Amino acid sequence: MEEKHALTPNQWIDNYADYLYNFTISRVNNSDLAKDLLQETFLAGLKSAKNFQGKATERTWLVSILKRKIIDHYRKINSKKGQAEVRIDFYDDGENKGSWIEERVPQNWDNASEKQIEREELRNQLGACIDKLPEKYAMVFRMKTVQEFETEEICKELGITSSNLWVMIHRARIQLRKCMEDNWFNN
Amino acid sequence: MFRNLKITCDQATTICDKNQYSEASIKDKIRLYIHLILCRICVKYTKQNTTLSNLYKGHAQYCKDVKHCLSAKDREDLKASLEKNKE
Repeated sequence: MEEKHALTPNQWIDNYADYLYNFTISRVNNSDLAKDLLQETFLAGLKSAKNFQGKATERTWLVSILKRKIIDHYRKINSKKGQAEVRIDFYDDGENKGSWIEERVPQNWDNASEKQIEREELRNQLGACIDKLPEKYAMVFRMKTVQEFETEEICKELGITSSNLWVMIHRARIQLRKCMEDNWFNN
Repeated sequence: MFRNLKITCDQATTICDKNQYSEASIKDKIRLYIHLILCRICVKYTKQNTTLSNLYKGHAQYCKDVKHCLSAKDREDLKASLEKNKE
């Protein structure tokens, strides 16, 4: 017979707070927001404790609540007007549709050596450029590129299609490339 | 037949980005390579994209090595909040 798991809310903070905090911060990259989502998760867990059937472990169950909280946050930022305003790199209509806009064409990089990739300054600049991305792009970029999640997993977690995901990754990378070009490679 | 293989710079760079994660289909790769024969700007983008991908990998490794922990105060606040809501 399958073992049934039980909930022990008194132990939640000691047993799972750090794990869930790491889980959250890797997705939202904001410690205050991560703490808020963590608190909301524990409170939601308390409220719905009577629905816990014991089929999953306590941690898995809390993670599933947390994921829902993160999706809710993602949907909120996704619906904010102006949040996703992006400088277009390609003509979006006319006979040049899809071609590079002249002033956005990639420039030559004078100092793109492998050696510099390890430098701390470079890492800081990259972090600053990622932080400048619209929040939803930054989140998807981090999940795919930094946390190395499978495409399917991200789509499932965020409730988006794989086409949406690749458009977001593309836009994030285009903006990051430009930011790094302006602030690092040609600075 | 070849009309289907013709893509814009926007599409080419999207495929190029997808290819950085080894997730571009064979058809997409063929369309990208045909585009690259004709477009020097996207050739430059592709080369620079590989440099950036190496940079992102280094950043990813660094982020994985960093572990975040809640402070003692954060833990106490969370515990207090849970206790309050149990009542």
